This record gives sequence, C-alpha cells and structure tokens, in this order.
Amino acid sequence: MPTTTSPRARPRRRLGAIALALMVALQVAATAGCSEKSEAPSGPVTLTLWSWVPDLHEQVNMFQAAHPNIKVNLVNAGQGSAEYTKLRTALTAGSGAPDVAQVEFQLIPSFRVTGDLVDISKYGANNIKGDYVEWAWAQVSDGDAVYAVPWDSGPMGLLYREDILRKHNIAVPTTWDEFATAARKLHAADPKVYLTNFPPNEGGVLTGLAWQAGSRPFHLKDKTTITVGLNDPGALKMAQFWDGLLKEGVVSHEPDFTDAWYQGLNNGRYAAWVTAAWGPVFLSGSAKSTAGKWRATPLPQWSAGENVSANWGGSTLAVTKQTKHPAEAAELAMWLMHDPQTAKLYTTKQFLFPVLKNLLTNPEFVDQKFEFYGGQQVNQIFGAAASQVDVTFQWSPFQDFVYSTMNDEVGKAVSGQQSLAEALHAVQRKTTDYAQQQGFTITG
Amino acid sequence: MSMGQLVPTTSARAAAARPRPAPSRAARRRQLRGRTVAPYLFIAPFLLVFVAFLFVPLAYAFRLSLYADRLVGGEVFVGLDNFRRAASDPAFWSGVRRMALFGLFQIPIMLGLSLIFAILLDAGVVHLRRLFRLVVFLPYAVPAVVAALMWGFLYGGTFGPFAQLADKLHVTAPQFLSSNWMLASIANIVTWEYVGYNMIIMVAALQAVPRELHEAAAIDGASEWQIARRIKIPLIAPALVLTSVFSIIGTLQLFNEPQIMTAIAPEVVGSSYTPNLYAYSLAFPFRQINYSAAISFVLGAVVFAGSYLFIFLTRRRRR
Repeated sequence: MPTTTSPRARPRRRLGAIALALMVALQVAATAGCSEKSEAPSGPVTLTLWSWVPDLHEQVNMFQAAHPNIKVNLVNAGQGSAEYTKLRTALTAGSGAPDVAQVEFQLIPSFRVTGDLVDISKYGANNIKGDYVEWAWAQVSDGDAVYAVPWDSGPMGLLYREDILRKHNIAVPTTWDEFATAARKLHAADPKVYLTNFPPNEGGVLTGLAWQAGSRPFHLKDKTTITVGLNDPGALKMAQFWDGLLKEGVVSHEPDFTDAWYQGLNNGRYAAWVTAAWGPVFLSGSAKSTAGKWRATPLPQWSAGENVSANWGGSTLAVTKQTKHPAEAAELAMWLMHDPQTAKLYTTKQFLFPVLKNLLTNPEFVDQKFEFYGGQQVNQIFGAAASQVDVTFQWSPFQDFVYSTMNDEVGKAVSGQQSLAEALHAVQRKTTDYAQQQGFTITG
Repeated sequence: MSMGQLVPTTSARAAAARPRPAPSRAARRRQLRGRTVAPYLFIAPFLLVFVAFLFVPLAYAFRLSLYADRLVGGEVFVGLDNFRRAASDPAFWSGVRRMALFGLFQIPIMLGLSLIFAILLDAGVVHLRRLFRLVVFLPYAVPAVVAALMWGFLYGGTFGPFAQLADKLHVTAPQFLSSNWMLASIANIVTWEYVGYNMIIMVAALQAVPRELHEAAAIDGASEWQIARRIKIPLIAPALVLTSVFSIIGTLQLFNEPQIMTAIAPEVVGSSYTPNLYAYSLAFPFRQINYSAAISFVLGAVVFAGSYLFIFLTRRRRR
C-alpha cells in the first residue's frame, strides 16, 4: 500500500530529511514516555500498540475491561510501509518502539532476522496454535518459537462489474486466456473502459500473481544461505502475460490506492479488480456509488479446471524486543486476536478475513449476504480460495527492499522503458546484489 | 600668584605626565585573559549549538560511513568500501545527472522571473506594489509538502482541473505525472515556491543601489531598460550569485516534492529519483544506514563542487 511520509518543509529542502527524523524521534519520545512509566507488574501497566486497522479502539476497550491492570495506548503510526519505516527506525535507535505492533505476514521474517520480535511461546502462544489455519500459523512460527499472532489473511480472488460485462456480452473469465480475450473485447467495445488495472506499485499483487503461477522466489536453506528466484519460470509466465495486455493497451496501469484509482473504481473505468479477501468490504466502502453492481469470482486459472489461489496481505500482532512488559504485551496480542467475542467483531465490524478455524466455518460468516454484491455470499468464494493457497510459500528476510525495487522496476516497465519480464530480471539482479551486501550466501 | 602656589600644580602635572605605576603582572594577566575569554563567551551559545547539531552529527555520520551493518555478520569496519561503492553506484549518479538537468533549466527560469519581478517592483512600474510583492512571495509561505500535494492534485490525469479543462475543449492535456513530464512538473512546483523568495533578496539588493546613479543615468537620457541593464543588474551581481548558489544547493538536495510525488506517481518517482531521496530510502526502508551516510557525504562533495565551480566561473567572468 502507498507510503506517505510527510517530512516538514521549511527552511529549505535539505532540512526535509532531518525534520522527518526529528518528527519520528518526537513521536518516539512521546510513546517511549508511556511505556517507561511503570516497572513492576503490581501497579497498572501501560502498553503502546501500533495498528492501522480502523475502529480498533472498540476491541482495545474490550481488552482493557477484561484487564483492569493494563492500559493500552493505541497509535495509528501509518499504514503498511509507512509504519514499518517508523518501526524500523525506532527499533534501530534502541528506544521508542511500541510494545506491540501490527506487522503483515510478508514482513515477519524481515523483522525476525534483526532479532526485533519476542518469541512469545513462553507466554503460552502454542496453546492457541490449533485454533488457526495451518498456513497462517506457519507464517508466524518457526518450530516451537512463535513471533506473532495471526490476525487476518488475503486469499486472492476477482471482483468484477456484472453490469459492464453483461452490457458488452462478455462472459466472466475463468482462465487467464479468457481474461485476455475479455480485456481486448471490452476495451474495443468501449475505449474508456479497461477490464482491469495493473498497479505498477504493488509488490503484493505482483508477488501474489506470480505465486499463483507457481513462483517460489525465496528459500532460506539456513540462516545465512538463501535462494533468490524472482525471475523463476512462474514469475516470468505471469510477467509475459501482463506484458502482452499492457503492450496492447487493453489494461490500464495506474498506481493503486491513489485518488485517480479510487475514481476509476467509482466511475466504471475498471470493470474488475484483482484483489484479496479483504477487498470486498474495502471496495464497498470506497466505491459506494456502484453498490449492487459488483460480483466476486475466483481468480482466473492458468489451466482450465485448476483451483489455485495465492495470498495478498494479511496481518499479525507482534511483540517487539523493546517492550518492558513482555508477558502483558503477549497477553494483549493473543487476547486481541483470539478472544472469541473480540475476534468475531473483526469479521462484522472491520470485515477482516479470519484465520481462526471456528470463524471460517461459522455460518454467520460464511453465509453472510452482501447487498453491495447483489446479495452474493462473497465469503464463500474467498473461503474456498483460502484452501487453495500453497502454504509453503516463503518470504525473504528483506522484503521491504524487494517490494520497493519492484516498484522502481515495474514503474519503468509500464512507462515503456522495459518489458515486465526485463523488470523482473532487474529486480532479481538488484536483490541478489543486496543479499550479498547483507552478508548472505546465494545458492542456485 | 605666588610661585609657591604653582608648585603643587606643576607637581600634579608632573605626576600626571609620569607614566602610571605599572600594574602588577598578575593583574595584567587577568586583564589579558578577560580580553581573550570574553569573545569566546559571546560566541559560545552559537558554538555550542553548532558543535552539537552540526559537527557532532557530521562526525558521527562519517564514522557510520566507515562501517557496514549486515543482516548476516553484524557491524564490521569496511574502511572506504562504502565510498568506493558510491563512486560507481548508477542509482546515485543517475539521480545527480537528473538534478543537474533539472537545475540547468529550472534555475535560470526561476531566477530570471525573480529578477524581472524585482526590477519591475524597484522601477515602480507595478501598481499596488505591496499587494504584488505579497502575492509573488506568498507561495514561499506554503509548506513544500502542502504545495506538492496541491500541485499533485492539479496535475491529476483523470480528474485534475487541467485535464478536465482540456477534456471540455476536446484536446488532450499533457500527462503531467508521466515519466516524460515529471521532471518539468516538479520544476514548476519548485519555481512557483521560490520565485518570490529570490525576488525579495533581489529587491533588497536593488534598494541598496544609490538612487543618484539612476538619476544621473536618467538625466543622461538612459531608458528604464538601459538603467536596469547597465546599472542595476551589474550592481546587484553579488545577490544574483548568492541566489544562484542557494538554488544549486537546493536543487541537488531536492527531497520534499519528489517524496510527495512517490505517493501520487510511484511508478515514475522511484526510490532513487533524487540523490537525497536515495539517501533516505537507503537509510530507512533499505536498512543501509552506513551506506546512506557515505552517499550523503558524496552528495555533500558534489554540492560543494557544484557551488564552487559556479562561484569560480562567475568570478572569472566578472574580472
């Protein structure tokens, strides 16, 4: 998701970076003050929690009601990479990090490798292991060690404008071949409409699409030896497919989560959105004017009859090494994620896609009908996708570098300076260079 | 008047003429010390802040630049390795080249506009001088972040006012946020922000030019244009050099505007679009604080070289 760090401006531009650092430091100092107040668990303990999930204070209040001795200071430190940059800065600086922070699955190894996350298995994290879907738990644990508690996930699917496809007599694509045909036909019928938008800035989508095509870019043999294959056959198959559509000009290529992109979803410029399980509710809030016109369908397949999905997004709560109250912090993370009432509220209030087995099979969740999707039971589509995600997929321990480099290189690709396949080769080259500089041994 | 009366007077005068009894050596030393310590006490507040906020961070950054903190192996001393890498880092140098190209066009246009406005103001050609001065200067009071966000909206390809106007007139507006236009679009924001600031410096310099010179020239029959060209501009040359050097430094260190643009057009403005943005990306998202420190020093050297070259060239020309 987009990063916006807002450095202060005057006097002159050089101070921008300094001001930013200062701002972070101030924020850091402000939150540090809170966590330092109390030492002994006998008195009330104050914990700082960083998260960008909307309306989380409701669940936090439930936690505080159940734990009169723990006060929680909830801070929205930015979404995605904006938060990670601040978190990394505070962790590197040695003070100012929150006790508990929201971290997406793909970043867990990156924070783990620097020793910034507390192993919460000694606080009973393994007692709740059995309640989670297997792959989600696999992403946050390493043997018996547990580095975060899973929150939600993002098995991928396709949301499309039923009215637009019907108007142009286009069948809902079930394979990528059909998808390409539909894209050509739709754009020819109405040059102002694209079947979908290919976001050049979204490492998560690119990775998810490659994942579905069989790409397994990273494999850590041990702590210092890594295989890097960002341009493996699966990734290239995916890149060549989108290269074709981009070259023909039948899909658009605007960055996502920007004003122009929201407009595109609202005004029918995009007839479909390749998204994940958190997408349906997000869209119903962002494109209100199109209510009732959208439907959900599984991600198109590479071969007819297959059922393969991938994952984009999904978060966890992790306890940072700077906490002075690891037991209370672990309790906060586990309780917020696992308490039956609290966890259920995420699916009805924030509409996160659950990773708790009992919620995934709860009829209230599975059979819920969405007016925005013409009464469709959208969760059934994504629930099925959740079981079609390969659970062995691994992230690199420097995923923020990978996503940022993807953004640079794919950006050059959509502006015509290189093909998407060449972009992946460049990402591969830069990432192996980076891994070597970081001291890793690269193996084929 | 008796002689007797004179005696005390003369003796007093003699006493006055006689050199004062030499102060003791200790006293003199005390006095000297007072004289040497006092100036330092006066500049101490400045010196303290200078050392704490410029010298210490610089020294710390230099120390950082000699190490590498690796995910595998931790922190190791690498000597000048980071500088060697910076010297041949295409991401860094393409950013420097981009900013050089930017400055080559943007600085003359911006300072040219500032100079024209300053001369118009000074010549009293403009009505409502105060209002004019305020309006031109006002963008400088808008924080650069706000300015960049605002222009980012104006540039918007599907809903920006330029695009909508062009649509109404059945023409296509340029894609301001595309890779071909981005540099010019940022140059426009920067020009908008700093024309007024530079104009104020030039107006101040123009006001210091003695009025007699204009009057003499006017009496000799010089036109306003000739007065401006032959008298005013040569006399405010130091101010022009000053604003140019400020602009060169500012250009090479451009950060806010491209940083905001990464959110609006991430596919165009990447992590190394400008050298400063690259240093930031290295330090924060890429976890290479050490290499970032080295890049910052190299950028500092480039800024110094650029400014010095400019001063050197303009000095030779004036001679």
